[in-house]
Amino acid sequence: MNDLHRLTIHEAHALLKDKKVSSVELTRSVLKNLEAVDSKVRACMRLTADTALESAAAADKAIARGKASVLTGVPMIIKDNMCTKGVTTTCGSKMLENFIPPYDAHVVEKLKAANAVIVAKANMDEFAMGSSTENSAFFTTHNPWKLDCVPGGSSGGSAASVAADETIYALGSDTGGSIRQPAGFCGVVGLKPTYGRVSRFGLVAFASSLDQIGPITKDVTDCAIVLNAIAGHDKRDSTTVPLGVPDYTRALTKDIRGLRVGVPREYLVEGMQPGVRKAIEAAIIQFEKLGAKVDRKVSLPNTRYGLAAYYILAPSEASANLARYDGVKYGYSYRDTTSMWEAMEKTRQFGFGAEVKRRIMLGTYALSAGYYDAYYLKAQKVRTLIRQDFDKAFDSCDVLVTPTSPTVAFKIGEKADDPVQMYLSDVCTLPINIAGVPGVSIPAGFADGLPVGLQFIGKHFGEETLLRAAHAYEQATPWHTMKPAIA
Amino acid sequence: MKHQCDTDILSGVVKYETVIGLEVHSQLLTVSKMYCSCSADYASTPPNTHVCPVCMGLPGVLPTINRRAVEFTVMTALALNCSIPEHAKFDRKNYPYPDLMKGYQISQYDKPMSVNGYLVIDIEGRKKKVGITRVHLEEDVAKLLHRTTPEGESYSLVDINRAGMPLMEIVSEPDMNSPEEARLYLVKLRSILQYLGVSTGNMEEGSFRCDANISIRPEGSKEFLGKVEVKNMNSFRAVYRALEFEEKRQREVLDTGGRITQETRGWVDEKGITVSQRSKEYAHDYRYFPEPDLPPLAFSREMVEQVRAALPELPEAKYDRFVSGYSLTPYDAGLLTDSRPLANYFEECVGLAGKSGGEKDIAKKAKTISNWLLGDFTRLLNSSNTRIEASNIKPWHLVEMFDLVDRGTLSGPLAKTVFEEMFSSGKTASAVVAERGLVQISDSGELAIIVDKVIADNDKAIADYRAGKEASLTFLIGQVMKASRGKANPAVVRKIIVDKLGGN
Repeated sequence: MNDLHRLTIHEAHALLKDKKVSSVELTRSVLKNLEAVDSKVRACMRLTADTALESAAAADKAIARGKASVLTGVPMIIKDNMCTKGVTTTCGSKMLENFIPPYDAHVVEKLKAANAVIVAKANMDEFAMGSSTENSAFFTTHNPWKLDCVPGGSSGGSAASVAADETIYALGSDTGGSIRQPAGFCGVVGLKPTYGRVSRFGLVAFASSLDQIGPITKDVTDCAIVLNAIAGHDKRDSTTVPLGVPDYTRALTKDIRGLRVGVPREYLVEGMQPGVRKAIEAAIIQFEKLGAKVDRKVSLPNTRYGLAAYYILAPSEASANLARYDGVKYGYSYRDTTSMWEAMEKTRQFGFGAEVKRRIMLGTYALSAGYYDAYYLKAQKVRTLIRQDFDKAFDSCDVLVTPTSPTVAFKIGEKADDPVQMYLSDVCTLPINIAGVPGVSIPAGFADGLPVGLQFIGKHFGEETLLRAAHAYEQATPWHTMKPAIA
Repeated sequence: MKHQCDTDILSGVVKYETVIGLEVHSQLLTVSKMYCSCSADYASTPPNTHVCPVCMGLPGVLPTINRRAVEFTVMTALALNCSIPEHAKFDRKNYPYPDLMKGYQISQYDKPMSVNGYLVIDIEGRKKKVGITRVHLEEDVAKLLHRTTPEGESYSLVDINRAGMPLMEIVSEPDMNSPEEARLYLVKLRSILQYLGVSTGNMEEGSFRCDANISIRPEGSKEFLGKVEVKNMNSFRAVYRALEFEEKRQREVLDTGGRITQETRGWVDEKGITVSQRSKEYAHDYRYFPEPDLPPLAFSREMVEQVRAALPELPEAKYDRFVSGYSLTPYDAGLLTDSRPLANYFEECVGLAGKSGGEKDIAKKAKTISNWLLGDFTRLLNSSNTRIEASNIKPWHLVEMFDLVDRGTLSGPLAKTVFEEMFSSGKTASAVVAERGLVQISDSGELAIIVDKVIADNDKAIADYRAGKEASLTFLIGQVMKASRGKANPAVVRKIIVDKLGGN
């Protein structure tokens, strides 16, 4: 059978379960396509082809024994900031270029337990700081729809690999939009779950109170399938919530009649591309056709402080989280000196890239004596206000809909020297992390030949309603079936 | 406001008052480390064997709170009369150093687990309250071992076993006014921790550490002159000596018109001096902020009351009970209850002695036991550097020895010799007595022979005795004891002498 790599999880599972194809065949097809297109897309940091075929063979045995879960034998890719035992985990940084974790992240454990087939680790912006994957210390990933454009970031490698059918699905992490924005740019589905829904154990920390792992998939059904597998309480992550995990696929009823859909006016921002606006307007009409009640008067007034608050909170936490990289214990280590302090300073000077150092300095400054109240504390207050905005909006709405990003994918190099322009790419996604609520980006058309992402926002632990709305829209539109011609 | 200085008009010398506050860090006796499940029992294990990704601070790991450590801290706080807030939180304290695995320490900053307590010390017969500012929980750091190659190049090794050990910090108010008060505070605090079973309180092994803040000011003045923090003190005695040194040094600086620099000084035990380590101008900015990986702690009033109700008897209560129940002197009761193992040992002895025969008066027995424990036993323990729990002599050994004395088998003077032998060999008193033929001679006939010989050899003493000199009797008894090599029963000897000399 040809083109197995183009399958979704649920399609692949149906064939595997009925033994119409084997996991080894499926994995070979995925690897073959990956090898054909990744020289152009450059989504993968490291291939794990050998172990992938071993896992596939093991998965086939499990299937033969009738012990197949929906992810068994299905190839996938992991962002390179999730620890994989025995497999280099670089975080897109020279600092961890040769770091081989002695343990698996919680999500990796769960996937391995389900006999998933890991085919590669995905490229990313260094320490997940960036919106274009240009901040990877190693190479830039290209957008499969237009190779001279960025795939978004920081999970650009994960999103591009799914869009290019180099994998059936991928995992990303999202601190301010790092799953949703690249999913939007690459025309795939990307979910940031509620903070506390998925364990962060083994996810190399960027901003601990904002980071969350989530799926990047070819459709909403797959998104629900992967969330089923990775969600849940983990005693090693005290911020996970001991709530049961429902079967999210059962929420996908296609029926959204009477669903209250809010369109917060602050998210139809200035500087939004006309093509993006057009796609959003069309989506709103589609919702009305599906019987949803659209409310265009919803307001989240403190959204305008979101970007500023985010760039205090995230760098502050990052400044502490990245303090451990001092060249003493693991990773890059500058040794050409006899002074301990110089060795530590030079390690960080040469081991980190410019954006990482910028954020460490921002955060260090914001937490310093005399500045703490004006910056960090103030930003925490804004965080409370933003959260209250969402709580209030959800009094009258079941889900909110916004563009994922004000623009479609931009050209490689276009914003690389302008950090603030780059930060603005996440202006619609980062308030969702600040509030801790779930958000999903799904394909909603094209502008200038590039995908437009539509973001759905749900209540805390309201993933079921969120995915139901996204799924109903997806099933009524053709966007998720479209594939890039990579050239 | 103008500050008044008390000046001795005649000498022109300013009277100073010393102000001391102490910061104690105590490792907790939990089974596992503070934020991971590694064993906390790392003493004398090879370096880097009690480690995991969490306490090594590897990328991607997260901490989890050790419940037992939280309980221990609440117990301590309640024993120190602190109040427990409804909510507390952990914070990150940021500073770079190779012994700090994450580049920050998870500690507590503005919402600690307890505040506003006190501890009572006895100073020269009067009780004094020393305020406790706070008791909070944090983690210990790794151990750096500094080495030199044969070529003379220095390098350091990191042992991560200690990293992530639960560490309880107890901060006092600056309420102590002398090195002796500071010493008494530490002794009392350590005994409370030992009574609670939360810490070994061992300063030499580093599981109980103390930093001191000391400043002096003209008596009656409220202003603080330059505050000096003293570190590197590895025993109670070192704390006392360092503070005594520092008190004197600061007086001399002020008396010669100098200014006290606010700084950190290290105690150099061999030289008996403190030396400047770093001045506060270069003090770290720790950039504390709330630990996002750990949820805030909530303490329900029910939980606090449950912990309070389950607290074991504390030194003060035991002290009161020893004084009222066993009629011990306050001084003896204080010494016995300073150390929980010693107090426990004492009570075990008293309990056993109560069941054995002989002396019926429990107060008398308690007094005898106390005298032995605080006298010869303590002396032997100290000189051999042995902990009482690890001693060869168990409570029943001691009580058996008393029994032999009570029954007249062993003489009081010989008991000391027997005890020393018991201490070094672990043998019972009866075994030592039998082996060395030390059974007391109470037989009048046998003793009369010795007495006759002594009377024959001591004409002068006999004359003195007959002339009414009571001291001569004591001398004569002593001579008999000597002649019998300590085995004679002094009471019987006394009776024989008095009878023979037609006594008074």
